[in-house]
Amino acid sequence: MKGKGGKKTFPGNLSRVFLPFLGITGAFLLLDRYGVVNPYWIQIFQLACVVAISGMGLNVIYGYTGLFSLGHAAFYGVGAYTAALLMKTYVAAYGGGAFLPMQAAFFCCLLAGGLTAALLGVLVGLPVLRLTSDYLGIATLGFGVIMKVVFDNADSVLPQLGGARGMTGIARMTSIPWVVLGLAATTAVVRNLVDSTFGRALLAIREDEIAASAMGIDTFRYKVIGFTVGCGFAGLAGGLYAHLYTFLHPSNFDFSKSIDVLMIVVLGGMGNMTGTLFASFCWIFLLEGLRVLLPPEYLEFRWVMIPVLLIVTMLLRPQGLLGLRELPFLRSGASR
Amino acid sequence: MEYFLQQALNGLQLGFVYALIALGYTMVYGIVRLINFAHGDVFMVGSFLAFYAIDRFHLPLTAVFGVAVGGCALLAVAIERVAYRPLRNAPKIAALITAIGVSLFLEYFTALHQVFGPNYYAFPRPFRVVTWEVGGIVFTNIQAIILAVTFACLLVLQFIVYRTRVGRGMRAVSYDKVTSGLMGVNVDAVISFTFGLGAALAGVGGVLYGIAYPQINTFMGIMPGLKAFTAAVLGGIGSIPGALLGALIMGQSETMAAAYLSSTYRDGIAFLLLIGVLLWKPTGILGKSSQEKV
Repeated sequence: MKGKGGKKTFPGNLSRVFLPFLGITGAFLLLDRYGVVNPYWIQIFQLACVVAISGMGLNVIYGYTGLFSLGHAAFYGVGAYTAALLMKTYVAAYGGGAFLPMQAAFFCCLLAGGLTAALLGVLVGLPVLRLTSDYLGIATLGFGVIMKVVFDNADSVLPQLGGARGMTGIARMTSIPWVVLGLAATTAVVRNLVDSTFGRALLAIREDEIAASAMGIDTFRYKVIGFTVGCGFAGLAGGLYAHLYTFLHPSNFDFSKSIDVLMIVVLGGMGNMTGTLFASFCWIFLLEGLRVLLPPEYLEFRWVMIPVLLIVTMLLRPQGLLGLRELPFLRSGASR
Repeated sequence: MEYFLQQALNGLQLGFVYALIALGYTMVYGIVRLINFAHGDVFMVGSFLAFYAIDRFHLPLTAVFGVAVGGCALLAVAIERVAYRPLRNAPKIAALITAIGVSLFLEYFTALHQVFGPNYYAFPRPFRVVTWEVGGIVFTNIQAIILAVTFACLLVLQFIVYRTRVGRGMRAVSYDKVTSGLMGVNVDAVISFTFGLGAALAGVGGVLYGIAYPQINTFMGIMPGLKAFTAAVLGGIGSIPGALLGALIMGQSETMAAAYLSSTYRDGIAFLLLIGVLLWKPTGILGKSSQEKV
């Protein structure tokens, strides 16, 4: 904290996170309104925000708590399907009418998506978090594959979910204010979480689990909670994603998507919020930017260049692009 | 009963191919503690090299194996030299992300029209398929070849690891890298050799896979790679018999799930089994349990 004496005041503290984001929302809404930026890029911006929320979730799990998870996309998917199903049910029951009730319903659906993912996180975490390091990674990878199979076969239980054919007819509810609000709220929660007693416990577990438990930290309990929080954010991001592209397919939530998020967290720098934000935007805009920049006949070179960039980045900066540097408003008192 | 035995035989065929890939994962992990995600793609390259050797150059079967094994070993040694060695003392995750990068690169680079191409290719059978029927169960010479080649590979591997100088080096480095270096083991050379050896086995697996499941594509390595790695973890990573055992279990569970439930559940059952086993024995069936020390 830069504040005098380090004492945080409630509104000042939060506004530091929210004001920049309000500025961004306003700017993008204006750009969109007057057609300065084409709608395609606006959509990409929204996707980047959604990916950043999910990345923030994995950052809590892996970056701050050190739990190697290779199944993040499964929770993202659970949130997406839950929110989409609820919103679809709501629209079917009451019709897509007035603005405010729809937005309120959307808000509830997003929350429900996040909570369902978090609940699943507890159920999975309780047995699986007894494993450590790479074994935990493999178990979560296995869970991710299992959830993909579940999504593929979901239509045999609930036909609306579409199974392997994909889920269609989702309302397009996600807009710039929603994604920016979601990202701001996520950033604020993660920042305050990490900068609390609770967050110190998570960091202690990451640094040395045995030492942490010797200091009286109930490591298993904290690991489960950290994992749950991260999964909840993945679920929230999933709900936003579902209502951004209005179509869900199990292949949107397979192993390679878990890897994408992991790459973002590591590229940004482990346990670094600014890094995760920066890397999510770089990642999404690089993917899409190359699509525009490369001539069509060389489009397939996109996925040859990206891995090369990834390898070179890792060779030159194994600690991530930003290492431990944080933006001022995300810097915390004594977390490191 | 006949149906069951027939499926068990099919599972065995799949399991042996997985075993050849799993051995590479387990050896590399045992020595540098890296999940080498690019290994499944090295296996894919092996399949493609065999495809060209048969389809374009009409080489005999032994030469086909030679091309695939040599090509894969060279590729893996090159990957290790360029991408993994500079990161040996960096955080483990940096090497893992690099491995993912190498994996993506191999998949998409080889999918370019100028390289292997993005389509599915029919793998030509290098010999005539002969079938025998014993008590209602159908055997093919493909299965016989897979069995024979896998066993031969396992014997050679066992010999290299336990009866040669470089094998002793491998065991020493996997036990303690720093100390073995101080005792005069050339750690870099041993690690290169391990990568090459694992990739050679994956090359053999690639040829056999192409013969048994004759449709290849540059993304074919992802799922077998993941499953073979899972098999290695299931059996106890770092253990050679464990990799074989895990691969056979994976092969059986997958085939049985497809035969008795539905092929859409195939991938799920294998991983469900994995999670179950890990909860029961956190380091795999034959893995050594290690006590965490301060």
